[in-house]
Amino acid sequence: MTALAHEPAQITTETTAATEDTTVVDLAQSSVRDLNQALHDPASTSTEWLVRHPAGKHNIAVGIDRALTMTVEGNVGYFFAGMHKSADITVTGNAGQGLAENIMSGRVHVKGDASQAVAATGHGGLVVVDGNASARCGISMKGVDIVVGGNVGHMSAFMAQAGRLVVCGDAGDSLGDSLYETRIYVKGTVKSLGADCVEKEMHEEHLAELAQLLAAAGRDEDPAAFRRYGSARTLYHFHADNSAAY
Amino acid sequence: MCGIAALQIKNPALRPQLGALLNTMLCEVIERGPDSAGMAVYDNPELTDQDSTVLSLLGADLGKTPAQIRTELDLELPEAEVAVEVLGHTTLVSGQATSQELAAALDTVLPAYDVIGRGRHVAVMKSVGNPRDVADAHDLVSMAGSRGVAHTRMATESAVTAAGSHPFSVADDLCLVHNGSFSNHASIRKELQRTGVVFDSANDSEVAARYIATRLEVGEDLETALENLSEVFDGFYTLVVTTKDGMAVVRDPISCKPAVVAETEDWVAMASEFRALAELPGIENARVFEPEPGQVYTWRA
Repeated sequence: MTALAHEPAQITTETTAATEDTTVVDLAQSSVRDLNQALHDPASTSTEWLVRHPAGKHNIAVGIDRALTMTVEGNVGYFFAGMHKSADITVTGNAGQGLAENIMSGRVHVKGDASQAVAATGHGGLVVVDGNASARCGISMKGVDIVVGGNVGHMSAFMAQAGRLVVCGDAGDSLGDSLYETRIYVKGTVKSLGADCVEKEMHEEHLAELAQLLAAAGRDEDPAAFRRYGSARTLYHFHADNSAAY
Repeated sequence: MCGIAALQIKNPALRPQLGALLNTMLCEVIERGPDSAGMAVYDNPELTDQDSTVLSLLGADLGKTPAQIRTELDLELPEAEVAVEVLGHTTLVSGQATSQELAAALDTVLPAYDVIGRGRHVAVMKSVGNPRDVADAHDLVSMAGSRGVAHTRMATESAVTAAGSHPFSVADDLCLVHNGSFSNHASIRKELQRTGVVFDSANDSEVAARYIATRLEVGEDLETALENLSEVFDGFYTLVVTTKDGMAVVRDPISCKPAVVAETEDWVAMASEFRALAELPGIENARVFEPEPGQVYTWRA
């Protein structure tokens, strides 16, 4: 029978120039564990990183907790930049589930699409997805800001407590189900709203906030083209009338 | 958890590499289901041809040697030019007869056997053990073919057994693999049993396979059958169904379980995780997307 004859896939479409100061890691040669340990090393002074051939591997760049910049050329798997702090990192391709979950601060930018649960339970920082994000984007977000250039899937901002979600495309079913105080801005259509999520008026402070977020994400959409959604606050507040039910 | 990898070749020049590519994909989802694995390969000229029917049987040691089985089958079906070979953990019985005729003949020859695949196009191989070992035992990496699907199993609803592994092939050239778990499989099984359907295992995914087969039997097309399945079955699922004509992918409406599809002019592939697609030739220019929940996607050859 014929032996395998294809070349390993060239998954990068961009090549970032590496300067002398750049630490270059090729994940076709070294392990994700080694990369992450190097990133966590308190003695490390490397502040510029370039990662090649991620090939969809999981857990890349999890737990960074210092200021550095990183570009990952290609597509990453689950939990990229989980528990992220301080650093500014970019993925040129797509990201799998749990992108920047539990992010505390810093910036994570995916130029392609992102899978489910973007920035799940994130506390701070900014997560930017230029393409589409799938279901449950911003689930339980606690202060992170998320800007999605494309669409978000169903159940996005589910139980979202704080922070801002900006969607430049469309939102799927049940947007903001069981919403707390996250503010949601959507430029396109919303397929349906989740429990206790309602459209709200845009005031000057919302337009200003949205303008800031879009600028931070490097986008030029007009804030006036967006609609705002927020909690009706009837679900998560205790009503004395209901005290007999407890 | 379970892992799925499926590949359909569009460009005939890639047919010789089907097994190698599927093997690479399979290796990337071993971690999702290290208990057991199975593969279905269509149109491998070494295993199937359109002029004869092949029954894939579970196990390499059925109590008689392949030669003995063949001799005895020849007596039952003298015109059928029966052949019997053992490949890895699978016994393949082929002949110029229908699946039912071959099975009826086997009933008189073997005291017990499990048909895990049947048809004129598909060979099904599955076994307990690390998926890499299962693939190696059958030399998947060397196989040619038009399409294939592989599954790595993390058993949740029923025991780790060879018969409980996927794919489930319960009608000619029809295979189903499942990532997820069905919650109402027991009641649906009882319903189907009431109508005369016989089950090979306690596996929840087999119920889905049998359900699809009954829908196809009454003339529904694959899309409609899968849409009906979504109405009837409760639970988490990403399903891949392959036939002699193509393949279909569907995810439950909440998209609990993952699925990534990549497509080029030369092939279309589906896997539980992108990393299983990362080595496919031309992946950098492929259209890569996640199927929308609750929507049936089909690709015809």
